[in-house]
Amino acid sequence: MNTLVYLIPIALFLGGLGLFAFLWSLKSGQYDDLEGAGWRVLDDQDDRPKP
Amino acid sequence: MSCCAPGTEAAIELAGGPGDLPPSEELMLASRSLGDGCRQIDLSVPGVHCGACITTLEGALAGQPDIVRARVNLSTRRLSIVFREAGEGGPVDPRAMLAPLSGTGYAIHLFTPGEEEVDLELQGLIRAVAVSGFAAANIMLLSVSVWSGADHATRDLFHWISAMIAAPALVYAGRFFYLSAWNALKHGRTNMDVPIALAVTLSYGMSVYETIHHGAHAWFDASVTLLFFLLIGRTLDHLMRGRARSAISGLARLMPRGAMVELHDGQREYRPTGDLKPGDRILIAAGERIPVDGVVETGSSDLDCSLVNGESAPLAVAAGTAVQGGTLNLTGALTITAMASARESFLADVIALMEAAEGGRARYRRIADRAARYYSPAVHLLALLSFIGWMLVEGDIQHAMLIAVSVLIITCPCALGLAVPVVQVVAAGRLFEGGVMVKDGSAMERLAEIDTVLFDKTGTLTIGKPRLVNGGDVSPDLLSRAASLAAGSRHPLSIALHAAAGHPAGYSGTLREIPGGGMEAAIGSDLWRLGSRAFAGGAGGVDDRPGGQAFSEVVLSRNGTIEAIFLFEDQLRPGAAKTVEALSAEGFDLAIVSGDRAPVVEGLAQRLGIARWFAGLSPRGKTETIEDARGHGHRVLMVGDGINDAPALRAAHVSMAPATAADVGRQAADFVFMHADLGAVSHAIAVSRRAGRLIRQNFALAIGYNVIAVPVAILGHATPLVAAVAMSTSSIVVIVNALRLKGLGRRRVKGQEAGAQQGFAVGRERAA
Repeated sequence: MNTLVYLIPIALFLGGLGLFAFLWSLKSGQYDDLEGAGWRVLDDQDDRPKP
Repeated sequence: MSCCAPGTEAAIELAGGPGDLPPSEELMLASRSLGDGCRQIDLSVPGVHCGACITTLEGALAGQPDIVRARVNLSTRRLSIVFREAGEGGPVDPRAMLAPLSGTGYAIHLFTPGEEEVDLELQGLIRAVAVSGFAAANIMLLSVSVWSGADHATRDLFHWISAMIAAPALVYAGRFFYLSAWNALKHGRTNMDVPIALAVTLSYGMSVYETIHHGAHAWFDASVTLLFFLLIGRTLDHLMRGRARSAISGLARLMPRGAMVELHDGQREYRPTGDLKPGDRILIAAGERIPVDGVVETGSSDLDCSLVNGESAPLAVAAGTAVQGGTLNLTGALTITAMASARESFLADVIALMEAAEGGRARYRRIADRAARYYSPAVHLLALLSFIGWMLVEGDIQHAMLIAVSVLIITCPCALGLAVPVVQVVAAGRLFEGGVMVKDGSAMERLAEIDTVLFDKTGTLTIGKPRLVNGGDVSPDLLSRAASLAAGSRHPLSIALHAAAGHPAGYSGTLREIPGGGMEAAIGSDLWRLGSRAFAGGAGGVDDRPGGQAFSEVVLSRNGTIEAIFLFEDQLRPGAAKTVEALSAEGFDLAIVSGDRAPVVEGLAQRLGIARWFAGLSPRGKTETIEDARGHGHRVLMVGDGINDAPALRAAHVSMAPATAADVGRQAADFVFMHADLGAVSHAIAVSRRAGRLIRQNFALAIGYNVIAVPVAILGHATPLVAAVAMSTSSIVVIVNALRLKGLGRRRVKGQEAGAQQGFAVGRERAA
């Protein structure tokens, strides 16, 4: 019972972190082009991110 | 289709002609202002496949000074370009700016997705899915430990924590259902959302009551999981819903803003199109659109009448010819006398036709809505009856309430809410792979129902580009001479001739283009002419060809003597013959509706083996043909591309347009196919029918599951554990069934794809 007192908040916090990360990635357009991103890794002309 | 040699891949896209950019005017209209002096334009590039394609396209535009950024999206096969409205040398010409793209060899089409605002509702839905997913996962884990036998104090603690997680999730993620249910109830109707909202709220209320009284069972997990699954369905459904499309406003933009009017005293005045009156003398320069219907008074020119009859071949006009509003004046200056005001002109007529046709589509009710009409009253009745039944048997209001709530939860249209959208999303993905874009999920439902297919001729069954047919009969010397003369002209036949001779350098001496006639050059002591028979052939210029009109011709003459005759015909779209054959074998009723002359349409109909054809139809005539078929109980698929087809595309039960179609045609159609091959039509029909079958299977599965689960719930055996397991498995079964479309669909349509490959091979030969 005592362990639950801190285990549950930790679990909820970690879950919340995941939720936050998902919402952030959604907002910053990480899912706009799932196929293209994979190919762009192989593009060795310009390493700087495009504006 | 293999990756990745950009040149050859794109050569396949014959329809657009590799690297054939849309005109500046359309490019500018399709772009939208970003506010800070920049405009964005989205182009559809169906040929991109891999990283090399991305580098080629983005690299081609990298050097352009007016382009702020260009980015390829490989998932959507789109290229979005942000450019400055005004460069150093005045306003930017988008076509010139994008010219390097034509060198890359990719077919490029304009892409105007209705009103491309950021879809706020979709973003809200995705966020709600994330929040409810988070809540569902946490509550489910707590529930698992309760089910596996936590002691009483721990159970109560877990229930309270669940209640605290569930409450905000229900309010935030459940608002879509509450609002929609409230709206329905306010208007005295019920929809699928009413039982959902009831089940979610009641199960939460019952659970809180149980928790306060230290009960063993709480339904928090059920109510949040329910919400999570339903929101997934709702999000997918939203993706498949057709956006409000601006087909009509696009058409209105083709109307010129104003025109130069010559007053009686010889003075000139620029007037808005709306103020033009019958009797006005209007001056029209080459390259301008004719604002209103009228008659040519002086001057001669070629008119691009694609708006009126869908034909790409220009029409020569001279004094006395009637012209229609919206047509484009190509070569020479004209003075016309207005015969009608803008409101009574041709273009306004087409707009009115489209507005009228717009209403017909709205009568269609989506399968899911039809199901909801019977489903939700049945569910309410069932819950109510079990409540009354248990009251009569036991008289315990709390227990009866619990049973009624569990019936509501078990019958909740979870699988039902997923059944349609999942299938449609998978089918749309399948079609996209085959180069067909779906603009509206319900269009697939409608496509599965059709029994009649009407084709437009030019631009649909044919590519709409003339091709030299007798190149072998003409001596190479004369061909290259003609081609060098043709190099200077923008007339479609000249362009075709120039291309047939392998793009030789243009003639460098003095060259004159006579509007409505052709090209003229003095080489040495000889006068060479290239153009119509009447112009080039001089006195002998009588058209005595047998059955003549099926071909267009260009004549090359020296000093009035005909040296060579070049014959052109519109080339058939790759896969057209095969598709027509396949469709009629499947029992569809086929017909051609064209604005072209009867002999040409008849010739094509015979070649393709289509028995019914209509020639010389106006946009109104096409629409009436469709209304007529509808009156006889047929459901019509219209395949067309021109502005003159737009009202018909709207009026038909469902419609398709090639990506090379006019902007308005693309907007008006439900499906757009990207590749040149007409096989896309039968492919789309096959996938839609398969999707329709899967949707019905899914309904059967969802209802079958209810038939088993409802008696369990009514008898009072549905504990939270049973509900959670039953709900999840039924949803998973429905999704897995929908995914079968990916694998099975591929095998089913393989035959057609082989056909498409063959079409591509033909295209490649021609391009080579």
